[in-house]
Amino acid sequence: MTDKKPKRREFLFTATYAIGAVGAGAVVWPLIDQMNPDASVKALASTEVDVSSVTPGKTITVLWRGKPVFIRRRTQDEIAEARSVKMEDLKHPEKDEDRARDPEWLVMLGVCTHLGCVPLNDKGDYDGWFCPCHGSHYDTSGRIRKGPAPLNMEVPKYEFVNANIIKIG
Amino acid sequence: MSDHNYTPKSKFGKWFNDRLPLLSLASHLTDYPTPKNLNYWWTFGGILTFCLITQIVTGLTLAMHYIAHADMAFESVEHIMRDVNYGWLIRYIHANGASMFFLAVYIHIFRSLFYGSYKSPREIIWIIGIIIYLLMMAAAFMGYVLPWGQMSFWGATVITNLFSAIPLVGEGIVNWLWGGYSVDNPTLTRFFTLHYLIPFLILGLVVLHIWALHVPGNNNPVGIDIKKPSKDTVPFHPYIVIKDGFALLMFMIVFAFFVFYSPNILGHADNYIEANPMVTPAHIVPEWYLLPFYAILRSVPDKLLGVVAMLSAILILAALPWLDTSKIRSAVFRPLYKQFYWILVADVLILGYVGAMPAEGLYLLIARVATAYYFLHFLVVLPVLGFKEKTLPVPLSITEPILGGSANMVSAKSKESLKK
Repeated sequence: MTDKKPKRREFLFTATYAIGAVGAGAVVWPLIDQMNPDASVKALASTEVDVSSVTPGKTITVLWRGKPVFIRRRTQDEIAEARSVKMEDLKHPEKDEDRARDPEWLVMLGVCTHLGCVPLNDKGDYDGWFCPCHGSHYDTSGRIRKGPAPLNMEVPKYEFVNANIIKIG
Repeated sequence: MSDHNYTPKSKFGKWFNDRLPLLSLASHLTDYPTPKNLNYWWTFGGILTFCLITQIVTGLTLAMHYIAHADMAFESVEHIMRDVNYGWLIRYIHANGASMFFLAVYIHIFRSLFYGSYKSPREIIWIIGIIIYLLMMAAAFMGYVLPWGQMSFWGATVITNLFSAIPLVGEGIVNWLWGGYSVDNPTLTRFFTLHYLIPFLILGLVVLHIWALHVPGNNNPVGIDIKKPSKDTVPFHPYIVIKDGFALLMFMIVFAFFVFYSPNILGHADNYIEANPMVTPAHIVPEWYLLPFYAILRSVPDKLLGVVAMLSAILILAALPWLDTSKIRSAVFRPLYKQFYWILVADVLILGYVGAMPAEGLYLLIARVATAYYFLHFLVVLPVLGFKEKTLPVPLSITEPILGGSANMVSAKSKESLKK
């Protein structure tokens, strides 16, 4: 009897702590999760853009989910330059063919993958983009070539609704 | 706390003190025995308390007029500047007050480094101080976001993106911090909330900082343990109160110079342009007090390692009491440490300078050398110096070197006897 009693007590303690921890977690989680993107933010998930006025060599910037999206109509030189790059020269190897399904149109988040600045158009050592914040250079396919950014500029989910309208998101 | 006994003179005082010993606390604070050789570098604790109170009072009044909404924040700050009675004054005091706060805290920290105030038995005081410093940086950063200018917005974007360097969960954390997919209204409102909260957390930690200080008592320029109370101490009031008060007045002259003569010199013109998520300013530079760490961040070419290096540069300070192996506290008796101390000061100033410059060419090279040296100082120089350095003889008491004319003449406590 004497060696059984403490065991029962231990069990009760452990059970109490376990239930207490679950309860505390249930209280804390809503307080943490309230900071995550809310329903109204998530509702703005897609946007449609008319690109009929964009001529070759021109870039337009549109806002999607609070972030700028670059839509560039590339020239033949730029496409050739982007496609001729060897994969082993790339920090984040991605084929231009995979980034721009229609080679003339490059659609990507205009957000530097280093710390989120907006890179400048037609600048840098690779004829693409240059981030003024910490000096990342991107090529004509928006791929990182030099500087602290770890990844290529992200290509969002997008589709041509018709010849003139791009739907992002 | 000190072990002196206090009995209030009045009957009511005694009745009250028996129930809540506030009068004992007041008596402890007034009589608190303080080393009599404290120099003006020791007045910055009081100055910092003043800075904190100033920020809380001006911050509370600004919050009565500020609107934490992405569409209205910028205008409400202009409204404070133009329409609110003395709004310009209160805001300039608050904005420059942040810089003055950091100026004072850097002097306070470097005083500790010079006189070895972080060493046993004062490690807890030091670590609480580092936590206060971290909270100060968080409060300053979030406060800078509130006017919702271009620097506010892009500063917030860059700093919150530091968390995206964390593998796997990084992006989720950043979206959680933002409350969206970019810095936007949810980010602004939570930053305002936290900016309002942190000063009161700091206030609580300041109480602990002073409490922890009052257990062993102040370190002093000679860096030796002293008997309290004794010939080596003076009561806090009136001696230190007057000295702190005088230093505070001098400090307020500098403060007032910035507020009244160049209130914007420490800010950035770009922050008078409303936040625009489509355009990043040509030069994103943090406030001057964060520049050394910014330089360290940029000097590492890898994203994750850059963030790790920057955070380590701050957190390494918390380990300082154990990295410094020397038994002698004050640099006055450490001829080699004294030189390395000034090299470190120069190193941090250089880091601050290159942090403000574009991260390329010679600036980048200098930043890398200075970053390497920063870590070298804490991880190699300090631990080794404690064993290799031939320290000068330390006096037995504060009174002796003064009466004896020089510290060397009363060299009763030699290095050998200290090291056993």
